[in-house]
Amino acid sequence: MPGDTLNVNNKAVAQNTYDAIVVGSGISGGWAAKELCEQGLKTLVLERGRMVEHIKDYTDTTKDPWELTHHGGRTTQNKTDSPIQSKCYAYNEVSSKFFVNDKEHPYNQTKPFDWVRGYHVGGRSIMWGRQCYRWSDVDFGANAKDGHGVDWPIRYKDIAPWYDYVEPFVGISGSVEGLPQLPDGKFLPPMEMNCLEKQVAERINKGFADGRRMIIGRTANHTVKVGDRGPCQFRNKCHEGCPFGGYFSSNAATLPAAARTGNMTLRPFSIVQEVIYDKDTKKAKGVRIVDTETMKTEEFYAKIIFLNASTIATASILLNSVSDAFPNGLGNSSEQVGHNLMDHHYGVGAYGESEDFADQYFYGRRANGIYIPRFRNINEQTTQKDYVRGFGYQGGGGRGRIDIQEGIGGDYKESLTEPGKWTMGIGSWGEHLPYYENKMTLNKDKKDKWGLPTIDIDCEFKENEKAMRKDMMESAKEMLEKAGLKNVGTYDSAPAPGFCIHEMGTARMGKDPKTSVLNGNNQMHEVNNVFITDGACMASSACQNPSVTYMALTARACDFAVKELKKGNI
Amino acid sequence: MNRRDALSRVALLFGGSIIGAEAFLSGCKTATKYGASMNFTPDDIAYLNEIAETILPATNTPGAKEAKVGEFMTVMVKDCYEEKDQKIFMEGMGKLDEACQKKNSKSFMESSPAERHDFLVALDKEAKDYQKSKKAEDPSHYFTMMKQLTLTGYFTSEPGATKALRYVAVPGRYEGCIPYKKGDKAWATS
Repeated sequence: MPGDTLNVNNKAVAQNTYDAIVVGSGISGGWAAKELCEQGLKTLVLERGRMVEHIKDYTDTTKDPWELTHHGGRTTQNKTDSPIQSKCYAYNEVSSKFFVNDKEHPYNQTKPFDWVRGYHVGGRSIMWGRQCYRWSDVDFGANAKDGHGVDWPIRYKDIAPWYDYVEPFVGISGSVEGLPQLPDGKFLPPMEMNCLEKQVAERINKGFADGRRMIIGRTANHTVKVGDRGPCQFRNKCHEGCPFGGYFSSNAATLPAAARTGNMTLRPFSIVQEVIYDKDTKKAKGVRIVDTETMKTEEFYAKIIFLNASTIATASILLNSVSDAFPNGLGNSSEQVGHNLMDHHYGVGAYGESEDFADQYFYGRRANGIYIPRFRNINEQTTQKDYVRGFGYQGGGGRGRIDIQEGIGGDYKESLTEPGKWTMGIGSWGEHLPYYENKMTLNKDKKDKWGLPTIDIDCEFKENEKAMRKDMMESAKEMLEKAGLKNVGTYDSAPAPGFCIHEMGTARMGKDPKTSVLNGNNQMHEVNNVFITDGACMASSACQNPSVTYMALTARACDFAVKELKKGNI
Repeated sequence: MNRRDALSRVALLFGGSIIGAEAFLSGCKTATKYGASMNFTPDDIAYLNEIAETILPATNTPGAKEAKVGEFMTVMVKDCYEEKDQKIFMEGMGKLDEACQKKNSKSFMESSPAERHDFLVALDKEAKDYQKSKKAEDPSHYFTMMKQLTLTGYFTSEPGATKALRYVAVPGRYEGCIPYKKGDKAWATS
């Protein structure tokens, strides 16, 4: 071990001591930083990757396609270095710098699992899909209702005020719909549907007795200015970083807010190896990091620790934090850490074309689509025989360029300059049940270049997901046909788990310390000054995009943690 | 739309030996040997520019040559094509010229614009028929590759995007339904 961790002197300890430590600077870590700093806590934010400064480091995003060597395309080098990342829809010539090099950051797929990652300040909040949907009691009550997983220790009423709290700061555009399964939020003005979407929405809304609706997507793109951010300029280049601050990210919003308090210390290039447990106080006293620039280890201390390293990384820190008190990993007497890994299953749906609106077009590139909220298993009439839980759809209509394969010469060229027919596609996002055997574990035989165990991931979709998928495809086709689209076709690209980039569940919340890792305040049952508010905390996956729920849970947990600290309880 | 893109992508990823075998059988008699190595020569680029220009010529808007599509093709083949597809493209450069020799009794570069046009119309049809009848795992026709690169390169080039099509770097707003009249140009980017 390097001497710097052994010969601790009081001065060094004092220098490295903060009120709070936040591990990770992505979408939930950014919120933890903001909330703790604004509550007056001196907060150290540890980030394993490099600094990415808002606007300044969004290089090349203002270039036109012809100014880029490959006009935006992926190279074979990209595919060799990052075979997993480069498959992601958001990966292009400009955004590739925000995705990890898979060779430098290896993990082991016991079963196929595509782990998409961004190791830098801001994490995946730079490249995220920005869709924001509240959960309802259909979701928080699901485990209790059908017995999969453990019951959530909270219900919608517990989190609703915190959605209210985070949403105006996030800046989410959306429409108020009054749907019980998809509660409304505090929205900025909604984006507009185009002609075809309006027509399809009207026909779906009228065409089904189960009350299903097609609405405009709810997205963290700012249709009006949010503080000094935005508004969205409709370039549709969000995942390259937005020089206009047109969407929410840690870099644009929460980290600058944290910095403004003067209470934040942000330390990039710091991989947290473990949380240090003090068996006398029965609390975590700090974390040990490896500085990836110097390769030296160093310790930092604090009264409160928030783990927001992302679902799989947070669980791996816990599993790597072994002590006499916790030989299986910190706070893991339940042996649930690393288990119940979930994603959403998606990549299945339908598409079709319209004969209408030849005299209509659109202006601007809307980085948002439509949403069809869940309509299965939400009440007695919609209960399905073949599967539990449900799914929603995202998609959109549009009028792309005409596609004419055969032709040579001037007339051919002219014919290609016109738009084609209006087309529409919808794809489904389905709930993945929490299965104990879907898990990640540490592989101590295969270490990474910082000497840390690599991660084995063993996760799959099972019968419930497969049965649901049939309905996801058939219902997509049925809706598009009912909406009057022609040449309706279906697809199922069958992506592996992980590829939806909604991984969650590896340190779940629950009421019982014997079967869960965190309580209803995202506090570890067994180590009361450690909080986990990234995707690891989730007891079920629902079918909505999860980020805004992580944000609300984080703000709520920070509020609780600071109150407990002030009361002297932690 | 996405599915078709995905399928054509998959098609491009799978190479094979059929085209290689044909090249071996047909030999090489042309004076200028195109596509000899991945270090494309000025002759290679000039030749690819003329192929691209024949596919998308200057009309009342600039053609593919002005958009430097030949050079774009070489960059994409070098950096973005799998090895198997690179081979087909490189061999295709020679084969196209041989086929032209056979049809017009002169090389592609010696042919007049009208001769080039007629020759590529026939080759386009051949490639299209081949693509239609080939098995999924068979490689794409070399001319299909050239044509795809020409279309992509041209319509994402400055003259292609801003003159043949319409392009706005920073739209600033979204309007879902605006009037369209026949002849209005399509947006270059989505």
